[in-house]
Amino acid sequence: MLAFLIQRVLQAIFVMFVVALISFSLFHYVGDPVLNMLGQEATEADRAALRAQLGLDQPVVVQFWNFVVNAAQFEFGISYRSARPVTDMILERLPATLELAIISAIFAVVMGILLGIYTALRRRSWLANFIMTASLIGVSLPTFLIGVLLIYVFAVELGWLPAFGRGETVRLGDWWSTGLLTASGLRSLILPAITLGLFQLTLIMRLVRAEMLEVLSTDYIKFARARGLSKRVVHLRHALKNTMIPVITIIGLQLGTIIAFAIITETVFQWPGVGALFITAVRFVDVPVMAAYLMMIALVFVVINLVVDLLYYAVDPRLRAQGGGK
Amino acid sequence: MLSVRHLRVEFPTRHGTLVALDDVSFDIAPGEVLGVVGESGAGKSMTGNAVIRLLEPPGHIAAGEVLLSGKRIDDLPEEHFVPLRGRHIGMIFQDPLTSLNPLFSVGDQLVETIRAHLPMSEKQAREEALRLLREVGIPAPETRLDSYPHQFSGGMRQRVVIALALAARPEFIIADEPTTALDVSVQAQILALLKRLCADHGTAVMLVTHDMGVIAETADRVAVMYAGRLIEIGPVDEVIRNPQHPYTKGLMASIPGIAKRLERLYQIEGSMPRLAAIPEGCAFNPRCPHAQQRCRAERPDLMPAGGSQAACWLHDPVDPLPLRQDLAGEEVSHVR
Repeated sequence: MLAFLIQRVLQAIFVMFVVALISFSLFHYVGDPVLNMLGQEATEADRAALRAQLGLDQPVVVQFWNFVVNAAQFEFGISYRSARPVTDMILERLPATLELAIISAIFAVVMGILLGIYTALRRRSWLANFIMTASLIGVSLPTFLIGVLLIYVFAVELGWLPAFGRGETVRLGDWWSTGLLTASGLRSLILPAITLGLFQLTLIMRLVRAEMLEVLSTDYIKFARARGLSKRVVHLRHALKNTMIPVITIIGLQLGTIIAFAIITETVFQWPGVGALFITAVRFVDVPVMAAYLMMIALVFVVINLVVDLLYYAVDPRLRAQGGGK
Repeated sequence: MLSVRHLRVEFPTRHGTLVALDDVSFDIAPGEVLGVVGESGAGKSMTGNAVIRLLEPPGHIAAGEVLLSGKRIDDLPEEHFVPLRGRHIGMIFQDPLTSLNPLFSVGDQLVETIRAHLPMSEKQAREEALRLLREVGIPAPETRLDSYPHQFSGGMRQRVVIALALAARPEFIIADEPTTALDVSVQAQILALLKRLCADHGTAVMLVTHDMGVIAETADRVAVMYAGRLIEIGPVDEVIRNPQHPYTKGLMASIPGIAKRLERLYQIEGSMPRLAAIPEGCAFNPRCPHAQQRCRAERPDLMPAGGSQAACWLHDPVDPLPLRQDLAGEEVSHVR
């Protein structure tokens, strides 16, 4: 167990190092930030001073070393555009993105598993067939189109829900601002959460259905029925647990994608999260913000993968056993 | 105890209805072991699955009836049938490696089975699970109760499966090829165990296998199946020593014996028909050395023949067909 954990953590650190290398190389391929920041009237002396201040006059290896050391402490320098610390800018925006991502992940996982189980157990009913057909739409329509359609129907035509923004927020603690505690915040969350979660929902649902059908045809399910266990126990205890092993992996990976894909949804709904921040940064070639965003997304993926591996361990006794059979 | 009457199982397919079991009737007495033999696809497992109502859809019982202790069970609604499984009718499957859920400890699986049928607390059920594991010969059951299936060997797993099938003390057990997937050295142990437990509890057994050796060792009576039909049934010694149906004769003659060393093993010419193409009359007629006009037109029912019953016109009590004399001599040489 410990060896397994150490191995995975080392792998994670290696991945983060490679991503740091890529993020760092951004600084050298997207033009000279000093020209952008100072404008045309600056003197050569001004430029040299700023360059020294940003550490751009040092050898590349030293710059990279500084970047890694700073990144390890969540320091990503000063934004070229707003001249504020990048970390502050991201932290300010992070709650909005995380709340959106978590709510849509819960929506996708809960609905995906429930619908997956339903369509597997009642696979001949018309409702199950309807859900399966409808899920094709979720898989094939691009996120921004779903978002725009939802806005058109529920915000423009019906006027039930707000079309953009985050509604009122409440401050929790030092820096976390939440929209979950106000009515307008919750109402603002519904459309973007559905938009962001719909694709994952259909994916999870189809996966759960396929896995469930496979598990239901196994001998141990037949034997469980032959032992006289009720349908409920056979389906929801014996079949579901076996179904969840591959599903956990996919859900884990999809959580990362939800945070990464939030960029599109945030743009469509003008959601004040890190995705929107990243889009603005790209427009203004604000390299420190872009690099920080890249590192953050990579960290999210690495952490989720680690958690998934540990969950696997918790669910499947065959992985836990040490030297006890195959 | 268990009576099966004119059982018919059909599989509707796009190309018409396949008749997987046709007019199968037999009885099993309390404590009796009935062996069911036949080639792959003859309907042996299908019979077991039909009795416990675990046919793969779209297969279904189309006609006939199944009676357990005199009560009809084939027409019960599913929710009334579920409590019978495990409590009155148990089943053991071929592959012990895949019969147990890999994610639950054997103790969990035993306890849930016991508690599904018997009014016991968690603690009592664990005691009972321990007793069952001890009974099926698992060494140090106290330490194995919380082990997972992958931590047991194949033979030990089949012992656990037997413990699970017997947990609620059913009066009747269907054992579908219970030893086929096991090493030869373990097969005899498992068979002996099954036989001893069922004798102790007075459990009747329907033992499905293609291994005549297993039947000879374990069964009291034997039923021979061919193309979804029962063609001969009788006491084990009778059927093995003095088979009556030409197919059974061929089957017995084709078993390699260690004592008798034939130059070549006997083979029955041809192969069993596909379910979609079962011939008119007796299903065996295209391969039967004695087949005559009547065999191609009329289907024989089981009729008394020697010490058993066989579905063959050779044994028609009113008008028995004559054996074809040119073949009689050759045939005798193949029969013990």
